[in-house]
Amino acid sequence: MSFFYNFGKYLLLLKDTFKRPLNHRYFFRQVVTEIDAIGLNSLWIVSIISVFIGAVLVIQTGYQMQNPLIPAYTLGYGLRESVILEFSPTIVSLILAGKIGSSIASQIGTMRVTEQIDALDIMGVNSANFLILPKIIAGLLTFPFIVTISMMVSIAGGYLAAVMWDISTSIDFISGLNYWFVPFEIVYAILKATFFSFLITSVSAFHGYYASGGAVDVGKSSTKAVVYSSIALLLSNLIITKIILG
Amino acid sequence: MIEVRNVNKSFDGKQVLKNINLTFEAGKQNLIIGQSGSGKTVLLKCLVGLFEPDNGRILYNDRDFTTMDKNAKKKIRTEIGMLFQGSALFDSMTVMDNVMFPLQMFSEMNVKEQIDRANFCIERVGLADAHNKLPSEISGGMQKRAAIARAISLNPKYLFCDEPNSGLDPKTGVKIDHLIEEITQEYNITTVINTHDMNSVIEHGDIINYVYEGNVWWQGTKDDFLGNDNPELQDFIYSTEILKRIKPKK
Repeated sequence: MSFFYNFGKYLLLLKDTFKRPLNHRYFFRQVVTEIDAIGLNSLWIVSIISVFIGAVLVIQTGYQMQNPLIPAYTLGYGLRESVILEFSPTIVSLILAGKIGSSIASQIGTMRVTEQIDALDIMGVNSANFLILPKIIAGLLTFPFIVTISMMVSIAGGYLAAVMWDISTSIDFISGLNYWFVPFEIVYAILKATFFSFLITSVSAFHGYYASGGAVDVGKSSTKAVVYSSIALLLSNLIITKIILG
Repeated sequence: MIEVRNVNKSFDGKQVLKNINLTFEAGKQNLIIGQSGSGKTVLLKCLVGLFEPDNGRILYNDRDFTTMDKNAKKKIRTEIGMLFQGSALFDSMTVMDNVMFPLQMFSEMNVKEQIDRANFCIERVGLADAHNKLPSEISGGMQKRAAIARAISLNPKYLFCDEPNSGLDPKTGVKIDHLIEEITQEYNITTVINTHDMNSVIEHGDIINYVYEGNVWWQGTKDDFLGNDNPELQDFIYSTEILKRIKPKK
């Protein structure tokens, strides 16, 4: 019962969020600020994680490829598929759900408990639209970019590990990367990431927007934001994958 | 003028406001006083539209706020300024940006006019040196002043203050009270103040409304406040030891 109540509340919040902004110039400024906060500030952590995961994936795959019957290009091919299909769009989004989701929920939650949202409402500003829409738009614009960077950095990390520690030759690795490449997989990954960005920003904003009480409650809503946006992300990952690739 | 007619409000079956009838007059400081939990904050939130009353009417100069559509409400909201208990300044913005915010959102002024107006409001509340400071970089009293500057930036017809001097030392509290009084008279604003502070009530209560257990229990002015014969209000006024000592004996 509580699930349906909260889901209804979430949909009503989205209805208020997707309205025409009161001041377009101000809205544009907010979107740019959020692009910096949500997107560009996440780039370094995503890059660091991606380069190490790419390298580790190559080492682990190389370790299991002692059988001479397995073609040498499998290493590059396996890395490309893992990174494009799952690691960059899903695991990176999960990482961002933790980083961005908690930040959005605690920011909006603090505004709620310090009556800043009430102040907006009393002024006649649609607080949901003013606070949440720029974050959703910024997420939609930056996630595909972050995921693409993550793909490139992971593959570069894998390549460096493969060549540096003689797990594979450069030629074999690159031929694996090119082997049976389906460009649609990139489209699929970016579609997934775009949808995940919407889930992370909106679910986290929902939990912040309806926070009540004090600092402890803001902390709780921040935790809930990460948990629920991660669950929503994993569930939708399964559904999207089944629909598109299944 | 704001009129409250037969307003009731309940939460989870518990009636918090019981058939409230009040009139708040323009150019005067209309005080709502009462113990914590008496319903005065709920009443204030109903007045500004943060809570919907279960029934009854709230009229802003004969315009029924409770039945009007969203756009008409938005129009009224631009005529409202509110000073929150915790100031509620936007903490990511400087004092100047906070005061500019309503102007950017609702006024038709050009940027220069907006800046001039914001500067005027900031100087009016005596914060000329704090333009570029963040709320976290200024004292509680200065935050209240900045919040007053933001509240008056659009020349409101109605000003609501929720415990304006709570959390402030007595001297700063008195300064804030004086500032609100000056602004009320200067711009002929209908000011509604929710307070516990006895000094504010005795000094500034043009019209005092005592709310007790969700009812308007007593109404009067600062002149007949101390000498009233309402037992619940007497208990409320003379609740501290120091006031009990100076209570006039009948």
